Amino acid sequence: MTHAPLLKRLVLICIGMFAFAFALVPLYDVFCDVTGLNGKPSLEQAERSTQIVQDREIGVSFTTHAQAGAPFVVKSKEYSVTVKPGAMREVMFSAKNSSDLDKVMQAVPSVSPGKAAKYLHKIACFCFDQQPLKAGEELEFKLLFYVDTALPSDIEELTLSYTVFDISEQLVASNN
Amino acid sequence: MGKLTSTLWLVLIAFPQHVLANSQYNMRKGVTDISNNVYQLHMTIFIICCVIGVIVFAIMFWALIHHRKSKGAVPAQFHESTKVEILWTAIPFVILIAMAVPATKTLIAMEDASKADLTIKITGSQWKWHYEYMGEDVAFYSILSTPQDEIANLADKNPNYLLEVDKPLVLPINQKVRFLMTSDDVIHSWWVPDFAVKKDANPGFINETWTNINEEGIYRGQCAELCGKDHGFMPVVVEAKSEADFKVWLADAKQAKQKAALADAALLDKTLPKEELMTLGEQVYMASCAACHQPTGMGLPGVFPALKGSPIVLGDIKDHIDVVIHGRPGTAMQAFAKQLSIKQLAAVITYKRNAWGNDTGDVIQPSQIQAAIDAKVEAN
Amino acid sequence: MSSIVEQPNANEAHHAHHPAKGFKRWLYTTNHKDIGSLYLIFSLTMFLIGGGMAMVIRAELFQPGLQLVDPHFFNQMTTVHGLIMVFGAVMPAFTGLANWMIPLMIGAPDMALPRMNNWSFWILPFAFLILLASLFMPGGGPAFGWTFYAPLSTTYSNDNTAMFVFAVHIMGISSIMGAINVIVTIVNLRAPGMTWMKLPLFVWTWLITAFLLIAVMPVLAGAVTMVLTDKYFATSFFDAAGGGDPVMFQHIFWFFGHPEVYIMILPAFGIISTIVPTFSRKRLFGYASMVYATSSIALLSFIVWAHHMFTTGMPVAGELFFMYATMLISVPTGVKVFNWVATMWKGSITFEVPMLFSIAFIVLFTLGGFSGLMLAITPADFQYHDTYFVVAHFHYVLVTGAVFSIMAGAYYWLPKWTGNMFNITLAKWHFWLSLVSVNVLFFPMHFVGLAGMPRRIPDYALQFADFNAIISIGGFAFGLSQLLFVAVVIKCARGGDKVPAKVWEGAEGLEWEVDSPAPYHTFSTPPVIK
Repeated sequence: MTHAPLLKRLVLICIGMFAFAFALVPLYDVFCDVTGLNGKPSLEQAERSTQIVQDREIGVSFTTHAQAGAPFVVKSKEYSVTVKPGAMREVMFSAKNSSDLDKVMQAVPSVSPGKAAKYLHKIACFCFDQQPLKAGEELEFKLLFYVDTALPSDIEELTLSYTVFDISEQLVASNN
Repeated sequence: MGKLTSTLWLVLIAFPQHVLANSQYNMRKGVTDISNNVYQLHMTIFIICCVIGVIVFAIMFWALIHHRKSKGAVPAQFHESTKVEILWTAIPFVILIAMAVPATKTLIAMEDASKADLTIKITGSQWKWHYEYMGEDVAFYSILSTPQDEIANLADKNPNYLLEVDKPLVLPINQKVRFLMTSDDVIHSWWVPDFAVKKDANPGFINETWTNINEEGIYRGQCAELCGKDHGFMPVVVEAKSEADFKVWLADAKQAKQKAALADAALLDKTLPKEELMTLGEQVYMASCAACHQPTGMGLPGVFPALKGSPIVLGDIKDHIDVVIHGRPGTAMQAFAKQLSIKQLAAVITYKRNAWGNDTGDVIQPSQIQAAIDAKVEAN
Repeated sequence: MSSIVEQPNANEAHHAHHPAKGFKRWLYTTNHKDIGSLYLIFSLTMFLIGGGMAMVIRAELFQPGLQLVDPHFFNQMTTVHGLIMVFGAVMPAFTGLANWMIPLMIGAPDMALPRMNNWSFWILPFAFLILLASLFMPGGGPAFGWTFYAPLSTTYSNDNTAMFVFAVHIMGISSIMGAINVIVTIVNLRAPGMTWMKLPLFVWTWLITAFLLIAVMPVLAGAVTMVLTDKYFATSFFDAAGGGDPVMFQHIFWFFGHPEVYIMILPAFGIISTIVPTFSRKRLFGYASMVYATSSIALLSFIVWAHHMFTTGMPVAGELFFMYATMLISVPTGVKVFNWVATMWKGSITFEVPMLFSIAFIVLFTLGGFSGLMLAITPADFQYHDTYFVVAHFHYVLVTGAVFSIMAGAYYWLPKWTGNMFNITLAKWHFWLSLVSVNVLFFPMHFVGLAGMPRRIPDYALQFADFNAIISIGGFAFGLSQLLFVAVVIKCARGGDKVPAKVWEGAEGLEWEVDSPAPYHTFSTPPVIK
């Protein structure tokens, strides 16, 4: 009796499951994108809004955090705004490089409650790109967004949080 | 079933409710509606498990005693019964549904953080918490305040050993408080058992949860996710005040921030005596540095560098100040400018440069610290 | 149960060649009995080493304050204790029992792939040498828990993490090769007439376990590779700065991790299902439903992983799904417990040492199952998660569950392996001392967990002190008691009262048709089963 056919099948299953582990990475992103379940809003520019719901108001507040000693001071000009679903709103942010070296900043957004993430559409956001900041430089950034008209009725307020990272060294390493 | 057995069962059910709640053996009821719900749920499931366990084990022990070979038992021949199997599959299934209903209700209530009266942003880092009152311009670090001597068994431990901080989170009662949590480095978890609130603080992401405290008091919890060396040394302390007292505290806290800024400014043209800096410096060192660099300044070889005899501590003053105020990104050495005042920074750097035989004779003034902080901004 | 009709060459003691002598015999052996013994001796050694680390943990936790070790070393102890017990003690022990017993139980001459079998074993000591060596490198060994969450294990760990990754990869390859061997053996080498529904339950549970292994060990390999590349090769699987997500690590890890714990208990169910009928002198109740229940548990184990992650910030829908699915597992598990009790009911029971351990398993594993059901309830889990309540739960199911079943199996089959009855007095002392001390050790952990003590901490608040002292005493006592087991095993290998082929009066199965000790080669000609 030869074991080869069964053996081959079992080895293929193993290889398949190893590949599956790596496939879980994009699968996870797809799942989160489609459902917005981990509060990760899209990093893609959204289409402009076409209609506004007049009889509803949503509170949107902003908070920022410079991760692990990143030498950036990032602030929103307004702590919170009130918008109607579908109405475009602009909020200005300032970002300052408080070190004496040129740096590159990456902002990563996160929305709470998590399920609101897929209803927050950003037209312009400094999180779309890596942002170079020279030593001591302070720049203003625009966030242009709207809340989807289909936002579930039980959500009346949401918070958009930006975590900013200093990615200067990673860029240097990958360029070399 | 005899009278004795039914009485015993009633006692078993009644006993926990009245005797074990809030004791050393059991979960506490806590001080929020949610925590009380959770406690009830916990006791319900627990009692159901006890009842099932008692029944099943009673049957088993009956068999062990009465169906022993030494008692002359002759084995029966049956080895299957579809009817019985269906029954003891279906009955547990029904019991589970009965458990799932209240559990679902409580969970949905717990996860609704909307319409909050106050929002606190909680940032965990190695190894302390940072609290920010959103929209109120009050923010501070909350660090373990148990003296290293108590931990090292050189002094008696006080009653709140390992559950005390320098600045607790102050909250009003009877208000819905929403918490936004994130982390500065690794995953931490913010937990207050009296509120039944536990939520992970994930780096780069924001989580939310909420509570509504019913009673004034001081409530203590701990970090609940392994986050490195001092995971067991970053407690959570919440002081719940009446709404009126909270308003007063908040106003004072805002003023305190301005006062501290003024005090710092006043220090800029003072020259502080070495003894004062060394005394304060030792206190700051023991509270903020000794956990890693050790009270002896010897550090942990391969993990945390020794400060005694360290080239940085003995070398250029500006470089030394730079490490302390900006930290070393990518390591556990934090940017202490965020946590300590310029007076504390001047004191602790002075202390390190003169303790343990380092003896540089250097005395660092608050103005030097401020200059170093400012210098980074102006250089181009 | 099957019975032999013809057993022409069951023993073959005369014309079979004798095994080689000395060290080379063990290094080059492809004999399933030798390899089974190697796995078991290795597992016992690792159990003692991992147990030693537990003693360090309990010694530090005996009193509040830091007395013996610094927190970073303490974290290494908890991490390596977990890794050793899971990958070095429990899994190799079950694999050792599989190697010894599966060919005998199905009437096969050996495992299907004997040379791969040799490799499966010998890479294990190599892997553990690497892991243990990392403890002595500057910076120390892994200190991020056996669950190695990112970014603690990536950005915030030291460079010795590579040794941990390498060791885990090798352990995984060993398990996968062993699992493949088990499947091919059971599928292809059953004696004629041994149909699926005549398979002994130990063989069924191992077959199902082997499928779980080949499904999820590669996922662990994936997770640990991602940790390696995030740390050393600038990928960002788990780093938000690069678009990654630390919570995704937990999903990938627990997709492996939950089936892993069923991998560590299904063979135990098989052992208990073998021993209880023997000493009740009555056939296992509900053989078919035992097979279906085991299969349901295995299938369900794939859809419950996130019950380890209720506090990560999951949406309500996810929490509800995982709560319901987890609660569901208690149905087939309950069925198994009821079937064991029904096997004993109206049997003719005796209390030899294997039966003592099996009875203890049924009671105490069920206790662990109850705390598991409590943990499944999400709102309550917020109070239990990452506390000693969880530590109590998994130690009940793993120590009084898996480990007790391994000891039950060892006592049950030692006479078959050696031809000698073990010293029953010493064995009974081992049982009773273990039974009492294991409960002194783990039961109070429920209390301190409920009272608010987190896990993985080297020092604790004063209100937890009394119970921690009791727990530590139980720990020292339990640890010392295991030396009795070592003594019993060594003495039994050296000599004892001789035993016949059918060692136990009520025992059924092909393994009891061969001599005790089992000859080096058995079933070279397969028996025919009616």
